[in-house]
Amino acid sequence: MATGPVSETDPAPAAAAADGDDVLLRADNLVKYFPIKGTGLFREKEYVHAVDGVSLSIRRGQTFGIVGETGCGKSTLARCVARLHDVTSGRIVFDGQDITKLSQRAMRPLRREIQMIFQDPIGSLNPRRRVGSIIGDPFAIHKLAAGSERKRRVQELMERVGLNPEHFNRFPAEFSGGQRQRIGVARALAFQPKLIICDEPVSALDVSVQAQVINLLADLQTDFGLTYIFIAHDLSVVRHVSNSIGVMYLGKVTEVAPAEELFTVPRHPYTGALLSAVPVPNPELSDQRQQIILAGDVPSPVAPPSGCRFHPRCPKAAPVCVAEDPPLEPRLGDGPEHPAACHLPMAEGENLAEFRPSISEKERVVEVEGSLLPEGAEPEHIADALPARGEGGTP
Amino acid sequence: MSMPELRSAGTSEVLDETGEAAVSTKIEGRSPWRLAYERLRKDRAAKIALGTILIIVLLAILAPVFAKILGHGPNQQFIDIGQNANGGPVPPSGTFWLGTDNNGRDLFIRILYGARISLLVGVLATGISVVLGVLFGLTAGYIGGFVDTVIARFIDVMLSIPFLILAISIAFISGASLWLVIGIIGVLSFTYPARIVRGQVISIKGREFIEAARALGAGPWRIMFIDLLPNVMAQVIVYATLLIPLAIVAEASLSFLGVGVPPPTADWGSMINDATGWYQYGYWWFLLFPSLALLITTLAFNIFGDSVRDALDPRGAGIYV
Repeated sequence: MATGPVSETDPAPAAAAADGDDVLLRADNLVKYFPIKGTGLFREKEYVHAVDGVSLSIRRGQTFGIVGETGCGKSTLARCVARLHDVTSGRIVFDGQDITKLSQRAMRPLRREIQMIFQDPIGSLNPRRRVGSIIGDPFAIHKLAAGSERKRRVQELMERVGLNPEHFNRFPAEFSGGQRQRIGVARALAFQPKLIICDEPVSALDVSVQAQVINLLADLQTDFGLTYIFIAHDLSVVRHVSNSIGVMYLGKVTEVAPAEELFTVPRHPYTGALLSAVPVPNPELSDQRQQIILAGDVPSPVAPPSGCRFHPRCPKAAPVCVAEDPPLEPRLGDGPEHPAACHLPMAEGENLAEFRPSISEKERVVEVEGSLLPEGAEPEHIADALPARGEGGTP
Repeated sequence: MSMPELRSAGTSEVLDETGEAAVSTKIEGRSPWRLAYERLRKDRAAKIALGTILIIVLLAILAPVFAKILGHGPNQQFIDIGQNANGGPVPPSGTFWLGTDNNGRDLFIRILYGARISLLVGVLATGISVVLGVLFGLTAGYIGGFVDTVIARFIDVMLSIPFLILAISIAFISGASLWLVIGIIGVLSFTYPARIVRGQVISIKGREFIEAARALGAGPWRIMFIDLLPNVMAQVIVYATLLIPLAIVAEASLSFLGVGVPPPTADWGSMINDATGWYQYGYWWFLLFPSLALLITTLAFNIFGDSVRDALDPRGAGIYV
């Protein structure tokens, strides 16, 4: 708001990196716990630690990619930032304004600035409403345009995202997956927002359609100076669209880096393992390459492991990883734009497959099992991590 | 066997092509309602049932016309020609098409006037029940939490009260009247649509389009009535068509028990009640015709309701409560 119309924002802001005003969205130590139903009355209250202390800053006009496995909290993070969920603790600053505690009513004018594109092109459109009325929703809700004016603007939007404006009378079921995602894009674009959060916008589409939608998003970014948070689990897509990328594991950010740097010099072993799993289109290269297969499953977010959350599965795990949670900071002489949360970061060209953890297998196994146990011998760190709510004290 | 199959396949393909061509020239969305209507049009049982309902409605509307033509008012007693020597009803004849009742009144005309009461009660009571049910169901389902607990328990309490006993008590205390009967039936039956709407809303509200509406800044009222309501309307309409015959039967039951529409108003329930005392002496028409009117009406509504359900939800497993 203070910086004037969106269209004046420089679409290539890489130069003005140090400028504090350049940051559109900042999240400080964001925490979101979901209480588990049925706990708290007869046994200690338990929480799903969906997002557990995430700090990010996203610059204007850029695309910030978030990758991670299913259930790592990336969608929850997006919904917290969009204030669809109330956060448990932490702070969200959007465009210089603290929006963490704004009521839904106070949030309403800001909804024009922060928009969302959803993963499911079927589920995100009301099946019983016509497309024109769905895309016209933003105008109706904020009383911006009505009648023929609304119809005109809806048709403009449809044309802008590559839909036939004559189709405004149709129902979502009469469109293909890619077209439906375009409807979602048109709806998000209606306000000319500053930030669009794309929650896996292309993962439900097939590959050729993915490219079309990604190109559309890229075009819109240049035209309107949009800032994107782009969530995906497809690393190659994220690499293609993002300026910088954050990697999430079990509710925490493990590494943030400029897109190319993340792929060439990963510091966190989890990033290394993720990258080794990216399919390579060349079969010869693919055969040569050594995949790092992580042991075990992702531990339960109800009782995450102590210290570094990745230690039960990390090939480089050492006693320090169990004892201490590594802070997210630049490692091995990296610049401030490339922090990693790891005690034993990977050097350039290091082969993870050669490492064996220096903590006993037993210790790791106990930790993993302990974290999966729903009740009984709860590890101390859970009680420590709980917010001071009064109910979850250790005996 | 194979030849006609081949040909039919060919023609259907041609039809599809022309259908598609028509769509691309005149772009108009085919709404889910439209599709349901097309399915309903192909359903013979639905057409017969709807035809029957329309005839009943027409007869109810035209009741005064018939009364004028025949010269018999609904409450007019024909002590001379409408009663036999013992003061009993006379059988069907050219003068009294369906005979008379024990008070010498024209049974045909009274059945027509009775249809007015039945339809009025059926439609208005169902309307009250559906409006209340939608309001409570939407609120409980969407807002959830404490509000939901309170409404759900309230519905449980309402469901555990025996309908007839409560209705009879209320009618007995405050004196029977048509509007009271409509109110009692409407209010006491809102629990069924409320439960259906609540369940549907709970299953829909987690979908992304509701989140999308919230992300656009839509408030709870807008989400409930613009986004959720159209998605539960199909179930509500189906249930409403099945509630109408239930309300008609409930009204007839109350009138039969003497706490419904007070006499001398022509009403199927009270006519059946009057007739039970005369049936054993051979006055069959007095019992048969009002019962038949009630049976045909409720059957037509039930069959039509079933067809509407099939049309709106072709995959559905049925929503009997």
